Amino acid sequence: MNWLLDPLTYVFMQRGLVASVIVGMVCAVIGSYVVLRGMAFLGDALAHAILPGVAIAYITGGNLTIGALVAAVIVALLIGLFSRQGTIREDTAIGILFAAALALGVALISTIRSSAQDLSHILFGNILGVSATDLWMVGILGLLVLTIITWFYRPFLVISFDPTLAATLRWPGEFFRILLLVLLALTVVISLQTVGIGLVAAMLVTPAATAYLLTRRLSTMMFLSAGIGAVSSIIGLYISYYASIASGAVVVLVATGFFLLAFLFAPQRGLLWKK
Amino acid sequence: MPVSQSLETKQPARLEMENVSAGYDGQMILQNLSIQVQHGAQVAVVGPNGAGKSTLFKALVGLLPLRSGRIFIHGEPLGHHKDCVAYVPQREDVDWRFPVSVAEVVLMGRFARLGWTRRPDKNDHAAVAQALEQMNITNLAKQPIGDLSGGQQQRVFLARALAQEPHILLMDEPFTGVDASTQEATLNLLDRLKSQGVTVMVSTHDLNMAAQRFETVLLLNKGLVAYGPPASALSAASIQRAFGGQVLFLNDVAAIVDDCCPGEDHHHPTEIA
Repeated sequence: MNWLLDPLTYVFMQRGLVASVIVGMVCAVIGSYVVLRGMAFLGDALAHAILPGVAIAYITGGNLTIGALVAAVIVALLIGLFSRQGTIREDTAIGILFAAALALGVALISTIRSSAQDLSHILFGNILGVSATDLWMVGILGLLVLTIITWFYRPFLVISFDPTLAATLRWPGEFFRILLLVLLALTVVISLQTVGIGLVAAMLVTPAATAYLLTRRLSTMMFLSAGIGAVSSIIGLYISYYASIASGAVVVLVATGFFLLAFLFAPQRGLLWKK
Repeated sequence: MPVSQSLETKQPARLEMENVSAGYDGQMILQNLSIQVQHGAQVAVVGPNGAGKSTLFKALVGLLPLRSGRIFIHGEPLGHHKDCVAYVPQREDVDWRFPVSVAEVVLMGRFARLGWTRRPDKNDHAAVAQALEQMNITNLAKQPIGDLSGGQQQRVFLARALAQEPHILLMDEPFTGVDASTQEATLNLLDRLKSQGVTVMVSTHDLNMAAQRFETVLLLNKGLVAYGPPASALSAASIQRAFGGQVLFLNDVAAIVDDCCPGEDHHHPTEIA
């Protein structure tokens, strides 16, 4: 059992583990909606759109996470606004904003003379560099996202499954759609610590897609997805510790391994039982 | 806005439309429609494709804003009574791969009463069980909806509308693309709703069905063409006006040459005596 406990004697490993489990679970839960509503592109776009916020925070010496948070929420709201009355399709709105924000981020970063060590962490995550403050931030924002998703389970279910019913009930479908975008933005921001911009989309989509293959109930899907996200994070972090591989990448690869297992062996839906 | 009256006693709905116009950006599909639907009436809404049947329903449930005109339900403006209009959408409006079970979908019929967060109580579960029973799908309750046939999916949505205990029920093309037993189940449901005094509007491509099974027909083509009992509303002249070049007259029998009807082929040519 020593190999299990040894890493935990280091504070950075404890923090990294807690942060990545929280992020894995939050990503996986909101990821259920990402998968069901076809928002994978949006999740990825939000992650990249954060870059200018981070760059500005870096240049002005502010908190990078707060910079990312502000940028993510602004972009989420803009996407919601642009695609509001169906003036342009949502994926077009995302494409425009995503590219514009990324370009702005790159432009800003190119003005920074010094070596931007912290910024590379934003791109690829730095799970072992989680500070106590970061951990609090991840914990509080993660809890906030999970609470809202749970509390508004019913409206989110209705706007995703049958938007017509939401309109019939006179529920503010538009409000919940934008709320979901903002929650997604928060999730992306807390994921920056662990898997980074490049791999956030995988943490949003892969555990939820795996769970989708295993169940046909939304609530069960969310629990399963959260479990897969958490377990992938733990296994990934241990492999990363012993094999000295970039942690975010291993976490994503482990999650992908679970997906492939489900894709092949899932009861009824698995590839192996189909023929 | 006046104080809400209690709707505890299930008073049948009365629906009034005054000069209602509605449509999508720039394109006015329904124009200046004024009708009154009596308490507990069952109205078949017919007309060619693009005549505004779905637009009418969407305007009635608040899915499309009115461009002009007013709609009253129980004498109150639209939106005042939240749970008394149930809408059975066309099946293609729903994401069937969504992971929900039949019972969960039917429970959605109670959401108007339950709101965003309140837990369902005994009455809600009883209403769901009864609706499943009435549509004869109790055995499917735990099934994911994605595994059902088209006819079964339709029954689930009818059960959801029943669980809502509506005063006005709108069904968009419930007879299109479903098997004969589901058509029959839908017609039986109409009979039962009739005895309960629920006002029903059903859009259909099937003029035969409209003429034989409904006492009132609303014939639309972008606006009102005719409204009344089938004998007068579906007169040769009205049908000619609504369907124009799509209609063929053979010995006073109208046959609609409807070649862009969604769903099955067995609907055309439709004949009415």
